[in-house]
Amino acid sequence: MSLEATPLPGRQARRRRRRAELRTIVVRRTVLAVPVVLGVSLLVFLLAAVSPFDPLAAYLGDRYVQASVEQRRQLSEALNLETSWFSAWWQWAGSALTGDFGHSRVFRQPVTAVMAERLPWTLLVAGTGLFLAVVTALLAAVRCAYRPGGPLDRAVGAAATVLQGLPPFVISLGLLGIFAVTAGWLPGGGLTDPGAEPSAGQVARHMVLPVLATALSQLPWLLLSLRASMAGVLRSDAVRGVRLRGLRERTVIRKHVLPAALAPFIAVLGSRLPEVIVGAVLIETVFSWPGLAAAVVSSAQALDFALLAALTVMTTVAVLAASLLADLLYVLLDPRVTADV
Amino acid sequence: MLAGIVAYAVFVPMLAGTDQKVTDFSAARLPPSSAHLFGTDHAGRDLFVRLASGLRVSLLIAALCAVLAMVLGMLVGSVSAAVGGRTDRIIMRIIDAVNAVPHLLLGVVIVAMFRGSVIAIIASIALTHWTQVARIVRAEALSVRGLEYVEASYLLGATRAQVLRRHFLPAALGQGMVATVMLLPHAIWHESTLSFLGLGLSPDRASLGTLLQEAQAEVLLGGWWALVFPALLLLCTTLAIAACGSGLVSRTEGRS
Repeated sequence: MSLEATPLPGRQARRRRRRAELRTIVVRRTVLAVPVVLGVSLLVFLLAAVSPFDPLAAYLGDRYVQASVEQRRQLSEALNLETSWFSAWWQWAGSALTGDFGHSRVFRQPVTAVMAERLPWTLLVAGTGLFLAVVTALLAAVRCAYRPGGPLDRAVGAAATVLQGLPPFVISLGLLGIFAVTAGWLPGGGLTDPGAEPSAGQVARHMVLPVLATALSQLPWLLLSLRASMAGVLRSDAVRGVRLRGLRERTVIRKHVLPAALAPFIAVLGSRLPEVIVGAVLIETVFSWPGLAAAVVSSAQALDFALLAALTVMTTVAVLAASLLADLLYVLLDPRVTADV
Repeated sequence: MLAGIVAYAVFVPMLAGTDQKVTDFSAARLPPSSAHLFGTDHAGRDLFVRLASGLRVSLLIAALCAVLAMVLGMLVGSVSAAVGGRTDRIIMRIIDAVNAVPHLLLGVVIVAMFRGSVIAIIASIALTHWTQVARIVRAEALSVRGLEYVEASYLLGATRAQVLRRHFLPAALGQGMVATVMLLPHAIWHESTLSFLGLGLSPDRASLGTLLQEAQAEVLLGGWWALVFPALLLLCTTLAIAACGSGLVSRTEGRS
């Protein structure tokens, strides 16, 4: 009887099965995402239909009072406002599929132009802030893991809990008060100094506070979840085994504990996108940063329906995509996870 | 601690009477002193009193949201568990879908359309947060579904509605309450965020959010107290409720 009689699945076979699993996840999530996106956009139109908000008044602004009944009727016909909310949605969805989201009233530009112009600024601040937060969380969590329950660990935990209780806009205002008003080191808002050309130096100086606010508001949650998953790994038998081999504590934590704790951490990172977006909305508003997230607020305040609808749907798509990506990464990083989860 | 905060919100506006509406521009923007414990705002109103009434509004809105979310969540969760089968699966998919939408964004959309109405704020928060309660309640109801006494009542000819009322709801009540308490800090956050963005309550009505929005202007003028005290109060309130909630959790865990 030879040992090759019942061979384990080879590397090729395992890879093939893995790829099939990933495909299952992608397909299943995409199928679920379609009705969600449709539902959200329908909901936005339905809300607009039942709300007391009058699109004609929003379009005309102050001139609404001056316009005669006949003028109003003609205009609402020209703007296609006489149709039911469902057919309005149908038309919107049709043109949205071809990449036309209508015209933004607040910014006097097509919605797509507004997005193209503002999205990079949002990505710059949110991305840098998040990166900073992740790096700090990793460094701090590793330090804490040397002595779980020690003074450093407890201090970091308490600080993170307190910081977590503060909304992003309070953190932003605090930073603004300390660094821009009291100390006067850094500019308090905008992309550049008034009237200055947007050069790299200008932008860099102006983005320090928004980035810091993003990092501080995302850090506590990242740190606490990473600390919790590292604490779980530290108690596992695998780590006890590694310790018994007589490795240095440093090696144990960097080479064994951290990689094992990282997979669930990355998975939750993707599901965290809604909070990052909310943080971006608030931080950009406080620092009058010309990003896309601040446009959500201005479009809501001015009832710029085309922009609001487009941003809502886009954000939903982004959130769904991020959670899909996180799940894929999780499956890739942790061979025990299967597509059923 | 929670009791202290609630007492502050309830009694201080009562004792101070109508003081918080009185504006006194000669006493505007005073730093904290013994006369004005938390300083005064741009219209000379005492922040200690104003903060208390703001907290009262915020707590009231949060409580209403949480109760509404609880009712909705308990209803959907237990019905979903009782009916089971395909309906259950569809309801769970709907919950997934609601969760996939960023909560604040949906809140902003709802509040933007119905500007300045308190009902819209409450509805926008309750409608985005009931899913957590529903999920927990469903899990609790499903866990008693297989137990003998529920089987027995089915065998005795009880209808699904009867089982739902007699067995599922009481069984899920504990966890449902805990989930509701855990919703409170969320609701406070949401209200203050919406108000801060100028989409929530109108500025003349004090709440934690509107006070923090006013603080934005104050901070630029160096009035740190207008930011620090509302922020601290918000922090203490949410931490106290969270502590209370986790206390409830450890209690109910001991029971089951």
